[in-house]
Amino acid sequence: MNLLSVSNLHVNFHLKGQDLAALIDVSFTLNRGERIAIVGESGAGKSILGFSIVNLVDKPGYIKSGSIKLQNKEITTMSLPQLQEVRGKRIAMIFQDPMMTLNPVLTIGVQLVEAIRSHTRISFKDAKNIAIEKLHSVQIASPEKRFNQYPHELSGGMRQRVIIATVLLLNPDIIIADEPTTALDVTIQAEIIQLLLDICRNNSMALLLISHDLGVVSRVAERTIVMYAGRVVEEGPTLEIINDPQHPYTQGLLNALPQMALPGQRLNQIQGSMPPLNERPSGCAFHPRCPYATDQCRQQQPSFIHSGVSTVACFMVEDMINDAHLDDDEESR
Amino acid sequence: MLVFLLRRLVQAIFVMIIISAISFAIQNKLGDPVQQHMSMTVSPTERAQLRQELGLNDSIVVQYWRFAKKAIHGDLGTSYYYKEPVLDVIFKKLPATVELAFCAIIIVIGIATPCGILAAIKPRNIVSRLVVALSTMGLSIPIFIVAIFLVYVFSIKLHLAPSFGRGQTTNVFGLWDSGLFSKDGLRHLILPSITLAFALMPIFVRLIRAEMMEVLQSDYIRFAWSKGLPTRRIYFIHALKNTMLPVITVGGIQAGTLVAYTILTESIFQWPGMGFLFMDAVSRVDTPLIAAYLIVVGGIFVITNTFVDLIYGLVNPTVKLANHGL
Repeated sequence: MNLLSVSNLHVNFHLKGQDLAALIDVSFTLNRGERIAIVGESGAGKSILGFSIVNLVDKPGYIKSGSIKLQNKEITTMSLPQLQEVRGKRIAMIFQDPMMTLNPVLTIGVQLVEAIRSHTRISFKDAKNIAIEKLHSVQIASPEKRFNQYPHELSGGMRQRVIIATVLLLNPDIIIADEPTTALDVTIQAEIIQLLLDICRNNSMALLLISHDLGVVSRVAERTIVMYAGRVVEEGPTLEIINDPQHPYTQGLLNALPQMALPGQRLNQIQGSMPPLNERPSGCAFHPRCPYATDQCRQQQPSFIHSGVSTVACFMVEDMINDAHLDDDEESR
Repeated sequence: MLVFLLRRLVQAIFVMIIISAISFAIQNKLGDPVQQHMSMTVSPTERAQLRQELGLNDSIVVQYWRFAKKAIHGDLGTSYYYKEPVLDVIFKKLPATVELAFCAIIIVIGIATPCGILAAIKPRNIVSRLVVALSTMGLSIPIFIVAIFLVYVFSIKLHLAPSFGRGQTTNVFGLWDSGLFSKDGLRHLILPSITLAFALMPIFVRLIRAEMMEVLQSDYIRFAWSKGLPTRRIYFIHALKNTMLPVITVGGIQAGTLVAYTILTESIFQWPGMGFLFMDAVSRVDTPLIAAYLIVVGGIFVITNTFVDLIYGLVNPTVKLANHGL
């Protein structure tokens, strides 16, 4: 059975009297110990997806319909106490900016111990021992000293390690990491990603990595979900997505990688930008920026089709597959 | 820490020198003390003699110099009206004002904090809306109207609380006349302290609400939710502690406003405190007393803000007092 299954999730935002769709018909599954990446530009809805999995979408956002099942438990209809059971203990989150994630007026120790003690009946001393052990496991030197320090006394990389330690305290089944290295130095990025990868492997924790760094994604994730304007546009094994992208948007993203341009050449980019929530175009939302857009793309939303081991929502890919089938038919005749 | 306190002491002395200079500079504009203190029948020669005795014929600079020399030894002069050292006069009235201010502060903290928090965490709740509406009203209604309303309703109509004076006081350790230890004294405190609290309440309700709302949007609160912490802990440990940082600072600054409003409140309720004394001193042109009052208030202000900064340093771990001495 799937550990987590999200099906037909719709998340909307009530803004200035309008009900705007931020996530449209998002479905995917996550198995125990599996690592999935969610990629896309800013505004694609990646973070909102991450937050809605633990029902933490801030007002005016709300889950309009769809289901999020953790094993057989439905998260979208849980009461707050039930959610608090799930949060931290079953599904834990790592945020983007370690400078902002820890409470500045509480010590590292307090913030670690409270997470354990709000889920398990345990003495402060025992909780402290667990906390120090976890700080040790994320390679923080002299954890006893760090335990009594405040966040401002630690560097950004160190704070992200503390946050990872917090997440590990209760051995969750799933870690949702929302761009965990975006705010860090490049050298520290690699260390943090390696740490995260080791932790997930060693404890068979599932990881949902939200990122726009395809380099990181290819190192970490087994499967990749590409999102655009609130929808999933392509999903498949990471290697497949990177080596043979089907959707024009995925192709554009990969083309935009600096490695794809020759020295002295301009970097490739996808023309235009992600439309804001209240200006989503009709049909396939990507059509204004797509070099292959047709009238059909402007009017209809493409449905998912299988292309090899990936699933894609694109009329062009659909046509190509149909043509290939026709060719096969003709050949066999 | 010691460096911080020393710097504050120097600052306090500096503030008092400036205040005393200002109060000396304005004394000639207040009226003629001699005329206030003698009846119409006193002859002009006697007037001139008194003027000479009080040293009023010397230039301001000479007078200030004479005052400053004595002030170093703790003598701020003698009141024209009470014929007693001004500090003695003021310190006799100090307990009344301190107790009034103390009760008002307790009321403000006790009501503004829960109201502000409620208005922030449940903005759509009917009570929160009422709180916000009342605080807007409170900001725009002058306190003497509030006072008159309270007196009308609670003393004249309902006879629940007295409308003037301090009532019965108890002497504590021979130093302090307190109204806090008798039922009568406490009853007399009710209306004045509510009035005074009313002057400061709206600002704090709005400030706590705005700060709390902002803090609740922050990443660390979201992270706290994602850890599955109980709601109470998130609101009252994670959010409230951060909310209080700016509130503490503003609290120190508002000490000045509080002093200004004690003058008003004490005049309305005939409260025998420093503010009331000051109003009398102004009308009697009792210049030494006016100057001394301003100096004492300046001192209180500096002391309050030193305490506020010490508390701030305790709450906010990123502040090191020795490095940010001022």
